Amino acid sequence: MNIVEASGLSKIHRMGEVSVAALQGVSLKVRSGEFVAVSGPSGSGKSTLLNLLGCLDTPTSGTYRLAGRDVSAMDDDALSEIRRDRIGFIFQSFNLIPQLSVVENIGLPLIYADVSASERRERARRLAETVGLAHRTAHRPAELSGGELQRVAIARALANDPVLILADEPTGNLDSRTGREIMALLQQLWRRGATLVVVTHEENIARQASRNIHLVDGRVERDTATAGAL
Amino acid sequence: MPFASTTRNVRLGLSSLAAHKLRSGLTTLGIVFGVASVICMLAIGEGLSYEAREQIKRLGSNNIILRSAKPPQEPGAGGAAMHRVLQYGLTYADVERIATVVPGVQVIVPTREIRKDVWFHGRRVDSTIVGTVPWYPSITNRRLLAGRFLTTLDMREAANVCVLSSALARELSGLWNPLHDMVKLGTEPYKVVGILESAGVGTGEGFEGLPQTERQVCIPLTAARLRFGELIVDQQAGSMSMERVELHGAIVRVSESDHVLKTAEVIESLLKSFHEKQDYEMIVPLQLLLEKERVKRLYNMVLGLMAAISLLVGGIGIMNIMLASVSERTSEIGIRRAVGAKRGDVLAQFLTETVLLSGFGGLVGILLGVGMPRLITRLTGMSTLVTAWSVLLAFGISALVGLIFGYYPARRAARMDPIVALRHE
Repeated sequence: MNIVEASGLSKIHRMGEVSVAALQGVSLKVRSGEFVAVSGPSGSGKSTLLNLLGCLDTPTSGTYRLAGRDVSAMDDDALSEIRRDRIGFIFQSFNLIPQLSVVENIGLPLIYADVSASERRERARRLAETVGLAHRTAHRPAELSGGELQRVAIARALANDPVLILADEPTGNLDSRTGREIMALLQQLWRRGATLVVVTHEENIARQASRNIHLVDGRVERDTATAGAL
Repeated sequence: MPFASTTRNVRLGLSSLAAHKLRSGLTTLGIVFGVASVICMLAIGEGLSYEAREQIKRLGSNNIILRSAKPPQEPGAGGAAMHRVLQYGLTYADVERIATVVPGVQVIVPTREIRKDVWFHGRRVDSTIVGTVPWYPSITNRRLLAGRFLTTLDMREAANVCVLSSALARELSGLWNPLHDMVKLGTEPYKVVGILESAGVGTGEGFEGLPQTERQVCIPLTAARLRFGELIVDQQAGSMSMERVELHGAIVRVSESDHVLKTAEVIESLLKSFHEKQDYEMIVPLQLLLEKERVKRLYNMVLGLMAAISLLVGGIGIMNIMLASVSERTSEIGIRRAVGAKRGDVLAQFLTETVLLSGFGGLVGILLGVGMPRLITRLTGMSTLVTAWSVLLAFGISALVGLIFGYYPARRAARMDPIVALRHE
């Protein structure tokens, strides 16, 4: 089953008189259980593609079906619901809310799905265990190390049981050893059946994926299956 | 629905306000003072009208009070008037005419008032002697505390009997009961037949131009006329002036309160046709009430404007701080949007926060606003009255200010592009 079915995705940013094409007719299919690494030089449209796949943005033209549903013409509220129910985000700078504890950060997406407080807490605690942070549940982000922060973010991305996990340079703010640990965690998720799209510019990370997409100037230049971790 | 998860938003808002206690506290000051001043001003306004109502009640809303007044001196006549007897004021004929001619008059009580010393067992108290008629207590709603009041028989005989006001009786006699004892009014001995309650309606405590009731001796009008005469000699700084006044006042009770103003007009024109000079004045308590209400309305308008300005300033302060908060929490907004919060959710979150902030300010303002009028009363003696509806109104206004001034920042938060917000550091 195709999780992502995008055809002819274009995104044109208008800046006054000038139009900048960030993405030019990208067609892409991602099957369930794939681990896709998206690479390319800066300005190649990696982030734009990720935003479109994550329903944070809508394409200027082209269609995008996420898990069978056409989301390219949805309004803002409907897109919010798609993000809430089907997508997990992992960011380079973790993007946790500093005032909230680990458990509260993990449970954040569940708030908007109207999950009761007790169930939220319970699920968040289990997810914290999954990512190896059972002993840190009551801490605030400021008290955690970079690796731990990214684990919290990964747990949060898993909270709503998403069909697609999107990561934007997930190891970009981490030292190499911690980066490897985080990648191991993502690999582990993948082996359990998660579908991942990871934007990265690091070769060794791209190599761990099952498929590599290389973007240049808003177009897919190369789309290759790799050995990945297999 | 943007307001679906209110409890969640309230919890969120509380925790985010608690995170910035000092800032939240300072922000609400404008609202605090705005609300306090709304309550305060309404309390003062209410106090004014309460006072007016009380005064009117004391004067009797069905009463029309007539007083003799010294007419304005004609220019150039000053020197000559020195040795002439000045005659002015209400006359027995006036009272007779009002009682018989004017429709709707239930009763009319004429009074003569003479300042005299009252002696009792060697003790002297300066007091006002009121010559009046037997129905005086009923028209002024004063209770007889002991003995009896003057009777028609007393009137006919011009008897040397008197009724003391309770305050005067206390002052004269201490613990001694002066009832059935003799007092001297000036040089004349009078028998005390009753004690009358000091305050009552129609006797205008706190009204200029009306006699005080504290130290008062009531005697039959006939006795007052017979024994004290109508000539009042006033010696001042070597010059002597003489005045002839038949009656010092009269209280007219109108049988129907709807007709008070009309009856007053009739009396006025009647008096005007028999008096060449304006040597009397008329106090219509009902008219006073209307005037006071008008003053109160004006007062409320002015102070209301001031309160509105301070609430406006408070609201702008809140808006300012919420805008700062929104831009400070841009990345939080991005995160919430990324994990599925709708625009409405973000809007509701920030709006709730603002309403909580201003509502909190409103509560503190209410405490202050309930306390301040007490202080005003203590310091200035002005009477104030905090009503429940003014408190409710003030609180409603503060919540409304939160809604109005919170909307713009909240909308700004909700309209943020999540991608831009997420990139914000």
